[in-house]
Amino acid sequence: MSTSVVPARPGLRVVAALGWLLVALAGAGALGVLALHRGENVSAAWLLVAALCTYAIGYRFYGAFIAAKVFALDDARATPSERLNDGRDFVPTNRWIVFGHHFAAIAGPGPLVGPTLAAQFGYLPGVLWIVIGVVLGGAVQDMVVLCASLRRDGKSLGQMAKEEIGPVAGFTALVAVLGIMVVLIAVLGLVVVNALKSSPWGTVTIGLTIPIAMLMGLYMRWLRPGRVLEASAIGLVLLVVALYAGRWVAEQPALAAAFTLSGKTLAILIMAYGFAASVLPVWMLLAPRDYLSAFVKIGVVLALAVGILVALPPLQMPALTRFTDGTGPVFAGALFPFAFITIACGAISGFHALIASGTTPKLLERERDARMIGYGAMIMESFVAVMALIAACALTPGVYFAINAPVAALGPTAQTAAEAIGKWGFVVTPAELEALARQVGETSLLSRTGGAPSLAVGMAHLFSRTLGGSAAMALWYHFAIMFEALFILTTLDAGTRVGRFMLQDLGRHVWPSFGRSSWTPAVVLSSAMIVAMWGHFLWQGVIDPLGGINSLWPLFGIANQLLAAVALCVATTVIIKMGKARYAWTTLLPLAWLIIVTMSAGAAKLFSPQPRLGFLAHARVLQAARAAGTLPPGVRSAGDLTQMIANDYLDAAVAAFFLVSVIVIFADSAREWWAVVSGAKAARSSEVPFQPRAFAAGD
Amino acid sequence: MRAILAFVHRAASVARRVIGAPDYEQYLVHVAQRHPECVPLSRAEFSRDALARRYDRPGSRCC
Repeated sequence: MSTSVVPARPGLRVVAALGWLLVALAGAGALGVLALHRGENVSAAWLLVAALCTYAIGYRFYGAFIAAKVFALDDARATPSERLNDGRDFVPTNRWIVFGHHFAAIAGPGPLVGPTLAAQFGYLPGVLWIVIGVVLGGAVQDMVVLCASLRRDGKSLGQMAKEEIGPVAGFTALVAVLGIMVVLIAVLGLVVVNALKSSPWGTVTIGLTIPIAMLMGLYMRWLRPGRVLEASAIGLVLLVVALYAGRWVAEQPALAAAFTLSGKTLAILIMAYGFAASVLPVWMLLAPRDYLSAFVKIGVVLALAVGILVALPPLQMPALTRFTDGTGPVFAGALFPFAFITIACGAISGFHALIASGTTPKLLERERDARMIGYGAMIMESFVAVMALIAACALTPGVYFAINAPVAALGPTAQTAAEAIGKWGFVVTPAELEALARQVGETSLLSRTGGAPSLAVGMAHLFSRTLGGSAAMALWYHFAIMFEALFILTTLDAGTRVGRFMLQDLGRHVWPSFGRSSWTPAVVLSSAMIVAMWGHFLWQGVIDPLGGINSLWPLFGIANQLLAAVALCVATTVIIKMGKARYAWTTLLPLAWLIIVTMSAGAAKLFSPQPRLGFLAHARVLQAARAAGTLPPGVRSAGDLTQMIANDYLDAAVAAFFLVSVIVIFADSAREWWAVVSGAKAARSSEVPFQPRAFAAGD
Repeated sequence: MRAILAFVHRAASVARRVIGAPDYEQYLVHVAQRHPECVPLSRAEFSRDALARRYDRPGSRCC
């Protein structure tokens, strides 16, 4: 797949050129069909063709351009894994293994949830943004940050921000990352709560994954030290047992009642779990869960691809719905800018910059592998997002909105939900909704916001069509819920722990003992602080009658895109200082788009006069209700009302903080760029100087 | 038979490294090649050390 395979013989060259022309035409044709198709349902095959052709063109030409022109990647140059080889962190590793490792680290619940939510606009906005965004934005960001870190001994994004741009940008980036982490964990926790609420089967299955992980941990620590694969095999078998155990519990009325938990109870349990994972030694809980979830993740992504390829379901959702004007029930806000905020992972995700400047650059064997790892793995993640979009759009719109719209929009029963959905112009009967819930082994699927349940229903449809028939729907549904919850909780526990370290690192400037990562009081205190921070947002989401996802997911999207903007600022600085200012447009293009999108979305969330969109307008409506002594629909008590008002102001403050951070980092970077471009400052790259690669055996 | 065994070992090593688990065999090879004068850590010590390195700093996990 590298540029060197371009055939030298002129005849073959023509064939290759014609081949790529065909790929381009096929991709453009499929996009055209998707964009212009009206009426009859269009097959998912068009979506797959459009995506795969665009990826192929992007990888072959744009990825190669960045590798050859911008960074001039050179296989003769020694990588950090060779120069600093320590057999542990820095290990020269085969590129396919690094690819798998990098993909397992970047792919999480983000690319599954975002596209599912954005399906409320129809399939077209989602697919265009995912496919074009990744080729020109997300994959570029991942690859460029990876290359920059690769040439700097695997330095982290934060270090590069400090060294390349300046201390102000570096510090702002650090605090912003912590803020993003808090919002991310809260929103993911909320997705799990909404998936498990009043679902004894799901609750028991997910609950059992915790003792399973601890068992694996004990096995790897004491019985057979370091035997990760044996323990994982045991864990995977036990996961299947947990799936059936959940069904058994749900079938026993007395037991089922005990495990039918409310959102509030689940939120408290998740907070307790996050705290435990942060305080307990990693071998006991965190590491075994991580291994298990990596296997399940790769397995399910492959299974989903096979399921979609075999079934090639028709897309029931129209290309565009009436909700592009911002009146949609799933989340507030119009197509622009909110489609681009809702789908972050899959198109461009700032979080990847942390991975691309973390473990991965320390493993690369050759410089030119950076295209396959950085650009290629992000394309894979984008493909996961496309599959999630297909799974969501393969549901009938009536079912999709019944699962994803909040109680405030649907009312409490299947009857009221069917009526509300009918008013939006989609057809679904109460009997259909009840039958579907029974089929997947739940009492109700109404208003299970957050994306996970509707994706699980979509996956259960796909899988049961290929394997097991409709009798297996319930098992497949709960399998999908287990898989999503498993790796959401893995992000949540690892994130809490990382957040704790960041907090300790920040706090040690004020109180040195607080920074000692092995001093128990500091560990407990900092863990409690970080859990309290995300726990507050989680709680706010649970008591929100609009379902919480409504306000929290846009906040997360803005935060994630902000981190991408920071990464692209760093990357642009690196490119300009390398003396390649003429190629800086490669990162400036996605950066400009992200700044436009985050600024307009942030401004809308802050200042929109519509209460369902703007945090401040919403607070004013609630305050008016409080002054009048009434409770708005769905609010249970005056205490909840007061808390909701405070939450609106907090959300507004967080959004404002994110926006100010972008402005600070961008201004600091632009000053640096101008200094270099105008000649006031010499373009001096901080790259580690060239050292020839010692060609090892096997080259 | 030996070929099958070798294949299984390679597959296991690939699986371990993809999920980010410590690869003790690889580490032994590294110590033997680069630092023949050193005594390598035991398997249990190595696993403990690897866990601490993986989880005690940001940048190993994403959304």
